[in-house]
Amino acid sequence: MSDRILNDQEFQLPVSRIFIAASLFVALLLDWLPWQGIWLALRPDFVALVLLYWCTHKPYHVGISIAWTVGILADVADASLFGQHALAYSVLAFSGIVLHRRILMFNLRQQTLQIFPLLLLAYAVYAAVHWQLRGNISWEYFIGSVVSALLWAPVTILLQTLRRPRAASDQL
Amino acid sequence: MEQNQPLNFFNRGPSPAVRLVFFTLFSLLLLFVDVRYRYLESIRSGLSVLVYPLQRLVTAPSKLWHEVDDFFSSHNSLIRDNAELHHQHTLDVAQLLQLEALKAENQHLRNLLMVQQRADYPMQLAEIMYVERDIFNRKILLDKGAQAKVLAGQVVMDDSGIVGQVTRVYPWMSEVTLITDKDHAVPVQVLRNGLRAVVFGSGDTGELALRYMPISSDIQNGDVLVTSGIDGTYPVGLPVAKVIHVERDPAYPFARILCAPIAGVDKRRQLLILSGLLKLPERPEVTEEIATNKPKNSRRGGR
Repeated sequence: MSDRILNDQEFQLPVSRIFIAASLFVALLLDWLPWQGIWLALRPDFVALVLLYWCTHKPYHVGISIAWTVGILADVADASLFGQHALAYSVLAFSGIVLHRRILMFNLRQQTLQIFPLLLLAYAVYAAVHWQLRGNISWEYFIGSVVSALLWAPVTILLQTLRRPRAASDQL
Repeated sequence: MEQNQPLNFFNRGPSPAVRLVFFTLFSLLLLFVDVRYRYLESIRSGLSVLVYPLQRLVTAPSKLWHEVDDFFSSHNSLIRDNAELHHQHTLDVAQLLQLEALKAENQHLRNLLMVQQRADYPMQLAEIMYVERDIFNRKILLDKGAQAKVLAGQVVMDDSGIVGQVTRVYPWMSEVTLITDKDHAVPVQVLRNGLRAVVFGSGDTGELALRYMPISSDIQNGDVLVTSGIDGTYPVGLPVAKVIHVERDPAYPFARILCAPIAGVDKRRQLLILSGLLKLPERPEVTEEIATNKPKNSRRGGR
C-alpha cells in the first residue's frame, strides 16, 4: 500500500494553494474540537502533522512563515502565550524542510520513526517555553507526540489520495 | 574558491536557517512582551473575532449532542427531578425567609456599629464553551464577553463554590483562570474558627494547597474554607475548598495542608459570573521601612 503510494507520486496533480490552505484549516478545526479528560492527554496535534506533511512534500510552497502564522492563530484559540505555538511550529517546519529529502527516502512505516523526533522536538519547545515562563511542566503532554507520530501514516495516505487525479481509474 | 559555492539557479529568498532565526527571535520577542506587558491584548481580541465563529462551529456537534441528549431524557427522570426540586424549593424558601430576617437584623446591627454595609452581588449566567483546552493552562472559556459587560477580575462560581476569576475578556467570550491554576491565590478563612489563610492553586485540577500555616495552627481534616473578603476581589463567605490532608512534620516550619476545591467545573455547563465588584478604599502607601522589612509580601498579593 505505502509503496504504491510512493511510486505513483509523479501522477499527482500539481498542488494548489487553496488545497494546502484548506488542509491546514481542517487541521486547525480538528485541534479546536472540545477535547476533554483522557482524550485531551491523547490529543494528537493535527496542525503539526499537516504542516510537517507539506514541509516535507512541498518545501517550496509551505515554509516557516506559514507555520508561524498558523501558530499565532492556534495561540489565540488556545489562550496560550503569544508565540508559543508559533515558535514550536517554526522549529518543526524548519526541521521538516531541512530533512525532507532524507524523510521521503523511506517508506511510510520508517517515516513514522523518522518524524517522531521532529514532533518530539516541537512538543519539547512548547513545553520548555511554558516551563521557563510559568514554572510547571506536565509530562502527560508528551503522550500527544506519540499519538501524532502514529497518525503520520494515515494523514499521509489521506492527503496523497486527495492529491491524485480523480479520473485515473477510468482511463485504464 | 567559487567551486565551493552551491549552485543557485532559482532565487528562493532567504534560506530556511535565516528564516528560522528571524521567526524564532520574533516569537521570543512576542512571548516576552506578552508575559511582561499588556500591549498585545487588543491584537489578541481582534484575532479572536476572526477565530470565534470557527470555534463556535467546532463546538456545535457536541452542543447538539447535549441538546439531543436533554431532549430524550426520560419522562420518569423528569418527574423525579421535578418532585425533588419542589421539595428542595420548599426547604429553601423556608431558609430564605429566615435569611431575610437575619439579613435585616444583621444590617440593623451593622448600622448600629457603623460598619460598612455588605453588598448583594448581581449575577450573570454564562455557559462553558471550552474546558481545559490546553493541558498546561487549564482555563475555561465562557460564552459571555465584553458585549455582556463582563469585566476582567470578576469572580466566577457555580452553585456550590468559587470556580475562578475572569482574567481576559474578548468581545463575545471571556477566559476564566481556575483557582486550581498554578500559584493562583485566594484569601480564605476557616469556617469553623475564623482562622485566616491564603489558599494557592497547585496546577492540578483536584488539589489546592494551604501554604505558610504554622505547624501549631488549628486546622483539621474536613474543615471548610470560605472566602474572607479581604483584598476586595472575592465577596465574603463563598465556599472555596475542603481540607483533605494535614501533615505536621516538625522538621519544616510550616504544615503541609492539601485541600480539594468544592466547586466542580466538570460537573456543570453553566456558571455564574458575579458582577459588581466591591469597591474598597485605596490601600494606603506602604512606607519604605515596612517595605524593606517584608519585600516578599508586597509582591505576592499582586495576582
